[in-house]
Amino acid sequence: MNIAVTSLNATDNPGPGIPVIRSIKEAEDFKGNIIGLIYDSLEPGIYMKDMAKKCYVIPYPSSGLTHLYDRLAFIHEKEKLDLIIPCLDSELYGFVKLQDKLASIGIKTYLPTIEQLNIRAKDKLFDFCEENGIKAPKNFMLTSLRDIYSIPKEFEYPLVVKGIFYDAYIVNNFEEALSAFNKIKTRWGFPVIVQEYLKGDEFNVVALGDGTGETIGAVAMRKLYITEKGKGWAGTTIDDNILMELSHKVIEKLKWKSGMELEYIKSLKTGEYYLLEINPRFPAWVYLAPSAGQNLPFALVKLAMGEKVEPFTNYNIGTIFVRSSWDLITDMSKFEKIATMGEI
Amino acid sequence: MTKFEIPGNVAVSDSGFLFMPTTGETFTMNEMGIFIFKMLQQKYTRNEIFEKALDEFDIDKTTFEKDFEDFIAQLKNYSLIKIS
Repeated sequence: MNIAVTSLNATDNPGPGIPVIRSIKEAEDFKGNIIGLIYDSLEPGIYMKDMAKKCYVIPYPSSGLTHLYDRLAFIHEKEKLDLIIPCLDSELYGFVKLQDKLASIGIKTYLPTIEQLNIRAKDKLFDFCEENGIKAPKNFMLTSLRDIYSIPKEFEYPLVVKGIFYDAYIVNNFEEALSAFNKIKTRWGFPVIVQEYLKGDEFNVVALGDGTGETIGAVAMRKLYITEKGKGWAGTTIDDNILMELSHKVIEKLKWKSGMELEYIKSLKTGEYYLLEINPRFPAWVYLAPSAGQNLPFALVKLAMGEKVEPFTNYNIGTIFVRSSWDLITDMSKFEKIATMGEI
Repeated sequence: MTKFEIPGNVAVSDSGFLFMPTTGETFTMNEMGIFIFKMLQQKYTRNEIFEKALDEFDIDKTTFEKDFEDFIAQLKNYSLIKIS
């Protein structure tokens, strides 16, 4: 079986590609090769031993889906791909739109629908939560500069100002809000989201849904160390029934198909969980799941290949991940090859 | 009479390392902390804990009482004990 995986950017803001590959390669039943699909010739995953058998540069979906499809078809001719697992938020819409075309040449995918992607988007999530009795911080959308002057009075400082895809700033007054608004609008465009700030601890759940509302597996994690960029650099699996029931409910209501990450905050004031975000792909810490007993990336592979997968029922509590930075030494000729030929 | 209840899912090792499985929080306790915590887990009363601790450690009752109250307040602050 030949599986292509994107996002090998194992940097200080790591993508999920490498942990997805590690998980699949460590599955006892896996026999096959991994092909890395990359956007940059310095993605560290290219230079890691025993990860991807070959790597190919692919164009961003934003450069045109025809362009992306042509490149994937070219790679498929050489590598006979059975499955592609896209791991970046920004490429998912493109891959969803291409999935039928890819299927027609024999490449499977296992992706959510456009509708599911839209429901969990940052500007729609609050409505979904409200409709389904799930607590979420209140949102106010800014679609022009004028809107920042009309933030409703119920939104008291501090507030969170967020971009539609990435970036978030905690602001304590109007001046800080205006500054954050300008930064985000320039980088990510509109809408800019103003969100109620909740004080509390963050909890995350990695999960896999099969598209019928069934949760194939879910593992809850508490970050033990957070970097200045807000990335979890260490974390432990935890056991919290309320968190798991809530996550099962989200998957059931969305009928989510594919991997996902649910981000929660447990309010210090009320002790209740609020759903902050749904990321539509496995997170960079997904390798914790197989390490604790639920190989969710490989379960996704089996589902994509049409196999029946029994839902996981438990996992080890107190399994810890500690991320590290590690200098990979390589040769200029390898870098040259990927930079000039687009493959290695 | 004051009753102390330690949540059943709290795991504590002999070295005094405490792990809360529901939140992922970890704590470390000194020798006296471990002694008191294990007695609380076994549902000993305050008087029984005092009696045994004064026997076990070279400490006067006034100092132990202060330490005990501080320790209970910390456990309560971290939701590691219910007091009724």
